[in-house]
Amino acid sequence: MKNRVVITGLGVVAPNGVGLDAFTKAIKLGTSGITFHQELKDKGFSCCIGGIPEISEEKKAEYLTPLQLRGFNSTSILYGCMAGIDAWKDAGFSVDENSKLDYDSGLIFGTGTSGIEKFREAIYKIDDQNVRRLGSTSVVQTMASGISAYLGGILGLGNQVTTNSSACTTGTEALLLGFERIKNCKAKRMLVGSSSDSSLYTWGGFDAMRVMSYKHNETPEKGSRPMSETASGFVPGSGSGALVLESLESALERKATIYAEILGGNINSGGQRNGGTLTAPNAEAVQKCITDAILDAGITSTEIDAINGHLTATSKDSLEIENWTKALQRKGADFPYINSLKSQVGHCLAAAGAIESVASVLQIKDQFVFPNINCEDVHPEISDLISLAKIPTQMIEKPINIVIKASFGFGDVNGCVIFKKYN
Amino acid sequence: MRSENFNIKMTKEEIINKLTTIVKPYVQNEEGFKNISEDTDFIKDLEINSANLVDIILDVEDEFKIEIDNDSMEKMLSVKATVEVIQDKMNA
Repeated sequence: MKNRVVITGLGVVAPNGVGLDAFTKAIKLGTSGITFHQELKDKGFSCCIGGIPEISEEKKAEYLTPLQLRGFNSTSILYGCMAGIDAWKDAGFSVDENSKLDYDSGLIFGTGTSGIEKFREAIYKIDDQNVRRLGSTSVVQTMASGISAYLGGILGLGNQVTTNSSACTTGTEALLLGFERIKNCKAKRMLVGSSSDSSLYTWGGFDAMRVMSYKHNETPEKGSRPMSETASGFVPGSGSGALVLESLESALERKATIYAEILGGNINSGGQRNGGTLTAPNAEAVQKCITDAILDAGITSTEIDAINGHLTATSKDSLEIENWTKALQRKGADFPYINSLKSQVGHCLAAAGAIESVASVLQIKDQFVFPNINCEDVHPEISDLISLAKIPTQMIEKPINIVIKASFGFGDVNGCVIFKKYN
Repeated sequence: MRSENFNIKMTKEEIINKLTTIVKPYVQNEEGFKNISEDTDFIKDLEINSANLVDIILDVEDEFKIEIDNDSMEKMLSVKATVEVIQDKMNA
């Protein structure tokens, strides 16, 4: 006996919109969340633009207590708590510190590094022979599982509470791990998602690798250009996305709002073989991840209405499109609609898969395809493979039944999930 | 070198007043906090999370411009014991 799994709650903290309503509005309009950051320029970054969610002190206080905010210096935990709490409430649950422990609900919430600014504070104190001045706040904010520890306690969850980490696949992987846990009747509800710090210390290494865009420091909103011929690297982003997954039985019992159903998915690795490396994908494994996800979902590729790609705006975008055409056996005008949220929010790294999954699910709920921005000059290698009409630059409103979403990460790891309108 | 203020001997009441302000953000039992006295135990009466005791010690160090060694730290579980450690260090 396997459970069907549906999505009953969403939460998001994104560079172009904090909260579900603002984010929905932004992605429909194609609003860029990318801005110039003097701090990056001052430190000598080549790329001085990035996506950072705007959050006031008042907003923070709505989610964390004064005690939790004492000595607090971790944007990834802040964003994760905000998105997670929002998703939990959106699913119809209350957030109450005295709530009854719920053994049927768990959480898998990923991150790349946790609280890197807090970690920096700690390193300076230790090097200054002042380790005792770290107090109690260093460990919980810098441990990788800090985000799941914070959220697990705030919500009182008694099932599995953990953190996963698989570079830019993290969010999509978290979703699929939660999906499998419910499908296999190990939990009734799983809060899944991921978050990533807004920090030059997270972004610096990518700048050094020359994979970030450095040509748009004067025109930040034009900087993130997935699928464009003039793409020159990704623009770093940050934030968090969260989804409440639930067994269909539990959702119907509670008369919960059902955003979409998760039909299936796949997680694999290219093993850094056949062209794959620590930083480049093995194309064969990417295609297998997609075809295995389709098999797992029990659909045919012709049923797919839209693809939400990984598409970071590096030189790998053409290869990704080629992989999609081969895996789906669809090209030209027969290709599904395809979009990249990174054109609007940048590459939110560990948070990308979760924020983009929220956007994908919203497309099913509101029946639209959000626009790509900054690809008025589609790369000829891409337009050779698929029709330009399939790369919308304005929102398209039409029936959207099935959306496929994929994420690919350093370490040659892949994740692919298939969402369907719930009938 | 101590600042001039600290050459004036602080009364026990003054120390308790300052300590009350320091522990306030960590308190989880408001009833216990209302009745704070010399006999108040940080964990039993104020339900302060034991992990936060080290933060209180750091705040005490900052407020009273003293440094508290490991042995003294272990004693600082109640208002009375904490006041004694503070007096001891300030007079040292």
